[in-house]
Amino acid sequence: MFKVTVRAVMVLGLAAVLVAGVVTLPTFSAPAPVPRRGGELPFVVAAEPPSFDGHRENTYAMIHVTAPHYSTLLKFDPFNYPKVVGDLAESWDISRDGLTYSFKLRAGVKWHDGSPLTSKDVKATYDKIIFPPAGVVSLRKAAYAAVDRVETPDERTVVFRLKHSSGSLVANLASPWNFVYKADILARDPRWFEKNIMGSGPFKFVEYVRGSHWIGKRNEDYYIRGQPYLDSFRAIFIREPAAQVAAVRGGRALIEFRSFSPEARDTLVKELGDRIRVQEKPWVCVLTLSFNNERRPFSDVKFRKALNIAFDRWTASRVLSRITFIKGVGGLTRPGSEWAQPDDRLKRMGGFGTDMDVARRDARRLLREAGVPEGFKFVLKNRDTRMPYEPLGVYLIDQWRRVGLNVEHQAQETGPYFNDFRVGNYDAGIDFNCDFMDDPDLQLIKFVSSDKSPINYGRYRDSTLDELYERQSRTVNFAQRRDIVWQFEKRVIDEMAYQLPTLWWHRIIPHHSRVKGWEITPSHYVNQDLSTVWLE
Amino acid sequence: MQRYLLKRLLLMLPTLFGVAVLIFVLMRVVPGDVVVLRYAGEGAFVPRETIEAERIRLGLNKPIYAQFLDWMAGIVRLDFGLSMWTGQPVATEIGLRFQLSLELAILSTIIATLLAIPLGTLAAVKRNTPLDYVVRTFSIAGLAVPTFWLGILIILALLVYFRYLPPVTFTPLWKDPVANLSQLIWPALAVGYRYSAMAARMTRSAMLEVLREDYVRTAWAKGLAGVHVLRRHALKNALLPVTAVIGLEFAFLLGGLVVTEQVFNLNGLGKLTVEAILHRDYTLTQVLILIMSFAYVLVNFALDVFFAWVDPRIRYV
Repeated sequence: MFKVTVRAVMVLGLAAVLVAGVVTLPTFSAPAPVPRRGGELPFVVAAEPPSFDGHRENTYAMIHVTAPHYSTLLKFDPFNYPKVVGDLAESWDISRDGLTYSFKLRAGVKWHDGSPLTSKDVKATYDKIIFPPAGVVSLRKAAYAAVDRVETPDERTVVFRLKHSSGSLVANLASPWNFVYKADILARDPRWFEKNIMGSGPFKFVEYVRGSHWIGKRNEDYYIRGQPYLDSFRAIFIREPAAQVAAVRGGRALIEFRSFSPEARDTLVKELGDRIRVQEKPWVCVLTLSFNNERRPFSDVKFRKALNIAFDRWTASRVLSRITFIKGVGGLTRPGSEWAQPDDRLKRMGGFGTDMDVARRDARRLLREAGVPEGFKFVLKNRDTRMPYEPLGVYLIDQWRRVGLNVEHQAQETGPYFNDFRVGNYDAGIDFNCDFMDDPDLQLIKFVSSDKSPINYGRYRDSTLDELYERQSRTVNFAQRRDIVWQFEKRVIDEMAYQLPTLWWHRIIPHHSRVKGWEITPSHYVNQDLSTVWLE
Repeated sequence: MQRYLLKRLLLMLPTLFGVAVLIFVLMRVVPGDVVVLRYAGEGAFVPRETIEAERIRLGLNKPIYAQFLDWMAGIVRLDFGLSMWTGQPVATEIGLRFQLSLELAILSTIIATLLAIPLGTLAAVKRNTPLDYVVRTFSIAGLAVPTFWLGILIILALLVYFRYLPPVTFTPLWKDPVANLSQLIWPALAVGYRYSAMAARMTRSAMLEVLREDYVRTAWAKGLAGVHVLRRHALKNALLPVTAVIGLEFAFLLGGLVVTEQVFNLNGLGKLTVEAILHRDYTLTQVLILIMSFAYVLVNFALDVFFAWVDPRIRYV
């Protein structure tokens, strides 16, 4: 039995007051703004979609205009990246052996034509992505190599059966590229979605005037009650960066979702004051330095290591981030992400040290040992894109000049540049890698043997790297997988210096303060369905 | 006259064929094709077999001569094919932009003509007076200042002083004339100024030459009113070379406003051409260049016919 005393009453009373205080605390803080319905969101897109099919394209120009029309099975939480939440899926379950993934779909989801969306549509979509029929391009096929088959036990259940375990499958099913398409249409013409839009997303398609704009209007039957908040959106195609900034400055557009330069950000902040809000975040994109490992002296690891350690990344970050959107110093995974090495560990790898006098002395020694004479000349190929490629090229040349190398900067138009990379007509060149999420499968594939990765232009084979890649891909335990990723990273950069990360990109989105409900993520591909965006 | 017209028309064909061959070869000399740009350009993980399959689908695996013959066969049937980048019919892609480019060319020509002819005439009549110097300075400045730079100044001035930016998307004239003109008037002014500078200088020098002619002296001696002499006897004859300048410039404007269109974000043929070249969209680039060449050839032909009609000294040979 409890014995009620005065002291006990006082303690209980105090506790009750404290609890009440805590419970009522939110009433003293600023209330969360209530999303307002209505209005049109005009935004800038710097390029146009080559086609409308998310499964075959890899450009933001496609995803920024088409994503609002489509749903995906899963998606990244718009306000809490990298948390994965359901989009069409209401819930999901993974079997204990990690070989069966079952997804329960929401009830009552409708296509824009009014017909019901079922598991049959999800299966048809993933069959197209993972097992594309002849003549159909699927750029995402490799990401689902673990999937054996997709099954539909009933109208609201989709089951993915795997050949082996996969550490990345859930995140890959949240890929913003994997628009769910209607099965009947795919059965009639698997390429129909290249030129037509018919989805189940928050906005219905209204019109696309090539070279000018793209309009979508609210889907009143959208499955998330109350969303989307906007009446419509209008994507305006503006290629010229100065014209993009002018459009935002003049209020013709309220936002651009890829990134502006630091200079453009500063101009807008200066001119628009508190009418502009700036969101910034490290980006899952990196500029890499590719060496032609088949050409001498690039075939000599000592020469490649010398080039690596002579490059002062920390100063590069400080200097170049003032004029371009590259900033982050990191290895093969995005700095700050859960896969990245902490700075103190990173600094122990070649090329990440801070004492550049020592590093340059070592670089000169390695060059001598590799038999490379003072004043040795080679060509650094680069894209003729002012931002961010050219400033980095100029910086690298200056760094290598300090260890006695004479490097010619050759900026090329994108066509010839990629052609030279593909046929091996280059000494060294600046390349890039850009993904939709932080995931070792995506970030490391560029560095496995060239015959296994079509985006590795380094022209080398390394079975150790290939084996490490496979192991990490199949490892489900996070800590174990991260260890393998770090081993991979050490081999690529520190031990072999086949290809090198330079600086990671830094995403800068200055937008009108009226735009609410949109939060920047590390990728310009995700969080683009606009379902949560509203205008104040 | 009919034989002359027919002969001039037939002469257009080898010119256009030469252009077709030239552009076809030039596009293929530059390394990198549409498939590589579309996939590698965005860093996508695309297996080599996929790239080859796309090349086959687009007919890029065929020998060059076979590709050229296919293209020519299509041109003869007025089938311009599909854009290699978007998969849309080339005629649709061009048709969308042609309206804006044509309207801008017409608007700029009107502005240029309205400025150039009175100013050029005035400068010639008031030769070596302060008015002449003002007109000449105005013209030289027009030639010296690049159109795109003037365009940037116009945009900045509107933004800084009026907090206004012209519309960035095109509205057809018949849908909303105000929206249409509020977008196109600014580039038309920028383009028209440079265009008027050339035409004003030509008008001035042609007028100076004509004013020294015997028939003008006779008109003055007969006691005709000054306006009459200038308008009916001098200007009418001086306008022939001015018309040639205006005509050729008009043909240029149809596709040549590459940078100005970027500055004002105009969805015209110039911007489309740049994008088609950057994307290595062979089919679209070839037809665009062919159309621009055709515009030049056609304007030349029209001018020849016009001169032959208004100037009896020109023989039909």
